[in-house]
Amino acid sequence: MLCQECGKRPATLHFTKIVNGEKTEFRFCEDCAREKGEVIPGTSGGFSIHNLLSGFLDFNPNGLGQKNSHSHPQNLRCEACGLTYAQFSKIGRFGCSSCYKYFNNHLDPLFKRVHGNTVHVGKIPKRAGKHIQTKRKIEDLRQTLQNRIQQEEFEEAAAIRDQIRELEKNISTEQEG
Amino acid sequence: MTSLKFTEQPLSEWMSREGNESSIVISSRVRIARNLSEQPFPMLATNQQLENILNQLQEVLQDSCVEVYGKLYSVHLDELNELDKRVLVEKHLISPNLANDAEHGAVFINEDESLSIMVNEEDHLRIQCLFPGFQIQEAWDRASEIDDIFEAHVNYAFDDHRGFLTSCPTNVGTGLRASVMMHLPALALTGQINRILSAVSQVGLTVRGIYGEGSEAMGNLFQISNQITLGQNEDEIIENLYGVVLQIIEHEKTARESLLSESRLRMTDRVMRSYGILSHAAIIESKEAAQRLSDVRLGVDLGIIDHLSAKVLNELNVMTQPGFLQKVYHENMAPSERDMYRAKLIREKMRN
Repeated sequence: MLCQECGKRPATLHFTKIVNGEKTEFRFCEDCAREKGEVIPGTSGGFSIHNLLSGFLDFNPNGLGQKNSHSHPQNLRCEACGLTYAQFSKIGRFGCSSCYKYFNNHLDPLFKRVHGNTVHVGKIPKRAGKHIQTKRKIEDLRQTLQNRIQQEEFEEAAAIRDQIRELEKNISTEQEG
Repeated sequence: MTSLKFTEQPLSEWMSREGNESSIVISSRVRIARNLSEQPFPMLATNQQLENILNQLQEVLQDSCVEVYGKLYSVHLDELNELDKRVLVEKHLISPNLANDAEHGAVFINEDESLSIMVNEEDHLRIQCLFPGFQIQEAWDRASEIDDIFEAHVNYAFDDHRGFLTSCPTNVGTGLRASVMMHLPALALTGQINRILSAVSQVGLTVRGIYGEGSEAMGNLFQISNQITLGQNEDEIIENLYGVVLQIIEHEKTARESLLSESRLRMTDRVMRSYGILSHAAIIESKEAAQRLSDVRLGVDLGIIDHLSAKVLNELNVMTQPGFLQKVYHENMAPSERDMYRAKLIREKMRN
């Protein structure tokens, strides 16, 4: 198959773009692709990951297309940077960290599609995230506590309960201070 | 115009060190994305804000903790010409994104080029560590240490539920992208590669060409990396990648052994033909060069060719890229001219 641009060299880069069921195919040889700068990854324009994402974002999470005010996020706007949800769904990128807060109610379906998950379980900043680390530790301890109780190891359970209380006290004093 | 040592030498110093499984795994790379709280992401930031971000992050690098990673050189993107940018991309020291779009971007590179810290790319901060061979855990450990140094000085954009907040939703959570570059000629020759690569994509990993997102695999070089950054912790991400790469290594080894035992003569023929073409061709396109270099590399690994080193081949992988070719000879080459100079350069390297 020959390159659709120059018609001379064999097409080595094949792209298929499907947006809302509409299929467009591109076939370029390497040289023309480079000249066009369009299909070479990382260069501006072209089919970046962001274009793909915006496909996800247009998708209505409520499925059957009920149009109450809540499922109509296009008018949402991030108060911090001014990015609207409509803009976000077009470019597939957040404008600032507050966008996550303002668009929060509409992000779960997106994250589910991209990552299969919606909640972070990894590294936590040491300094800023001290209380988060404590919270997570408390969660872990609660889990162990349940296990101990189920196995009727009450002495250990009591020790763990005290540990949890201690940690919870730390958090509340920190937050007051 | 500053003269840049990073664009003069094709081979980063870190590449010449020994790595595990280096006949199959070329390099291991970890990149983490971070942003400062209270500043818009680079896409929406004003020039003044971008400058403040750069100053703030640059200040952190004065911290004495950073010294152990070697002297850091700062390179501002607006001081570079297009060709130097291209070479830095070809050496994986900066992303195409930083090269193309970030006028107010900067990169900090250490002496042996194993560490590159990009500022004002898509995110405020991107820490990248490169290690030779199969050392993905080591690369993550190093990147995480540097992350901790930054975190001690600046406030990261972080959320209890979503983790580290990034400009692109595909990076949110850990902000971690771990990738391993593999040379898999025997799996390609025996037609097993597609089956294996599609299996890889079913376990949350992705396969790309050597220049990242969407780039074509050239010369049987494949980059395997994690896709998911939210809902898995860093250890899980690294272990998952590690385990899968280990399996691919075993498959490649088995395929190489069976190629040798069942068709040694054919293999020798293939390797030596490619070697012959590389040593004598007058014109060669990048795709053919990559394929022939892959054959020769396999020949070196299998002991069919014994007077060439993997180092020369690593060098040639970078040197035969359009940017570096123009750096060696002259700028503004037409593609046809490149093919001629590429052939010339390879001939010379093959003969020494």
